[in-house]
Amino acid sequence: MTTKEKYKKVAYYPGCALEGTGHSYNRSTKAVGKALGLDLVEVKNWNCCGAMEVKNIDPKLQTYLSSRVMSVAANEMDMDVVMAPCNGCYHNLKKAEYDLANDEESVEVVDKLSKKAGHKTYESGQVETIHALDWIKQTIGEDGLRERVKNSLSGIKVANYYGCMYTRPRHIFPEKDQGPGSESTSKPHFMDDLLAAAGAENVDFPLKTACCGGAHTLSDSDTSTKLVLNILKAAKMAGADVIATECPTCHSGLEMHQIRAEKRLGEKVDVKILYFTQLLGMALGLKPRKVGVHENISDSIGFLKEKGLG
Amino acid sequence: MPIHEKSLIRPENLKTHDELVIDGVDVSGHWSTFIESRVVTDYNEALQDEIEALPGGEYIHRCWQCGSCTNSCTVNAINPDFNPRYWIYLIRMGMESELLRDKDIIWQCVSCNKCTYACPRDVFPEGVMKATSHWLELKGHTPKSPSMHFDEVFTEQIVKTGKIEESRTIRRFFARTKQALMQDWMIEMTKRMLRHLPLGMLTRMGLATLVAPRTSNWDAASKAMQEYIDEQEHDRVRNRYR
Repeated sequence: MTTKEKYKKVAYYPGCALEGTGHSYNRSTKAVGKALGLDLVEVKNWNCCGAMEVKNIDPKLQTYLSSRVMSVAANEMDMDVVMAPCNGCYHNLKKAEYDLANDEESVEVVDKLSKKAGHKTYESGQVETIHALDWIKQTIGEDGLRERVKNSLSGIKVANYYGCMYTRPRHIFPEKDQGPGSESTSKPHFMDDLLAAAGAENVDFPLKTACCGGAHTLSDSDTSTKLVLNILKAAKMAGADVIATECPTCHSGLEMHQIRAEKRLGEKVDVKILYFTQLLGMALGLKPRKVGVHENISDSIGFLKEKGLG
Repeated sequence: MPIHEKSLIRPENLKTHDELVIDGVDVSGHWSTFIESRVVTDYNEALQDEIEALPGGEYIHRCWQCGSCTNSCTVNAINPDFNPRYWIYLIRMGMESELLRDKDIIWQCVSCNKCTYACPRDVFPEGVMKATSHWLELKGHTPKSPSMHFDEVFTEQIVKTGKIEESRTIRRFFARTKQALMQDWMIEMTKRMLRHLPLGMLTRMGLATLVAPRTSNWDAASKAMQEYIDEQEHDRVRNRYR
């Protein structure tokens, strides 16, 4: 079976953030999948992947949490691909996969915990974890998108922001940096490719993989505010109207610290923040509300109307 | 292993003279800054082993001090005192008292993994930062950092219910770190969120605060994880940190 066929029906792992502050990402991902005729089957009774916090208490506990999600997909649903739109979930599942293939101690701990918890132990290689970007890029691709675009994003200048967890550390993403067609860890381009196919004008944005300080968004907010302000300013200087995001932590971090920078540092940077799936959805002819634009804190409704997408 | 950064030398040990002539050569001013020599006597020979025994610190011995970590560091760019290469050097040399000068900022690592990406020796400096801040707390050199409080609140909720409900985590974290919940930016954020009346979302979030989302049949997993955490804690105490 080709990759294209394989990714047409995937186990969907939304994760905790997509049921809370990242709900518009959940809504827009599902809407885009439906519009493109792709099949999402939600992972049954899923649990948190451990986010960025559990590993600081104990890394193997995080490996277990992520492995349980993959175990359910593989053993209880008979799926071989898990698609996670959240960078954190995607990263953690990839990391668990790597650890379970390379570290015996992790295998032992995961096996012990899985047995006690009463489910089958996940074995490395049972599923392939992909990001929402891989999912759309490999099934529909740029050509497929161009054919399906109803409202071109032309005239919208976009800074594509990928964040940390999608490309780093390199060793947990063995499929990246494999030459033409594969994703790059130093200059990722999948989001650029998809949005360009939908008509957007991508700006040359130097902070694609900069950190938004998401890990300390509440525990060291001043640092996060400075980091986010850098990103907002760089996007603005590059001429962007919109920062396109692919991670609920980055997205809500940008929104929160955009406001915090206004309140605490008196720095107002007017740039809209939208999930890439929201932009794609509107390009495919969906109304802004259908892709949850009204659920974002960053207000882009007026701007989108101006550009003919309202 | 030379230390080049002038900022690492204590200000009181930097000597600059306005008028100084040695052997007929004028060495006044900044071009001839002298460094007061000092003698270090309080090495902790076990320091590297102690850090290495904690999760994340396993590969610190591989470091050959190229500085790629500090060069790529997100936090270093906004605070030059945040210097992973230097801390790794101090730990490997056992210079505990020098390390303690920076004890209050090491926890600020944002886990962006740029250092891990850049490191040619697979030291995993991000892990070393986490192990070091953990070590500082276990040894009683620092109180629990806000980040550690957050990690604990977060992990407790996952172990208990299997899922995170964000507003609950935020409320508990603010309570535990004794901060006011209604900060200026939080109020503004709430206002902006209500602007377009996302009724479905508000209803769902409201319900989630009343009945926390949870993974069903989670009890056995919850118990297994709690037992594992207790075991680890027990081993840690027994082995090294009393």
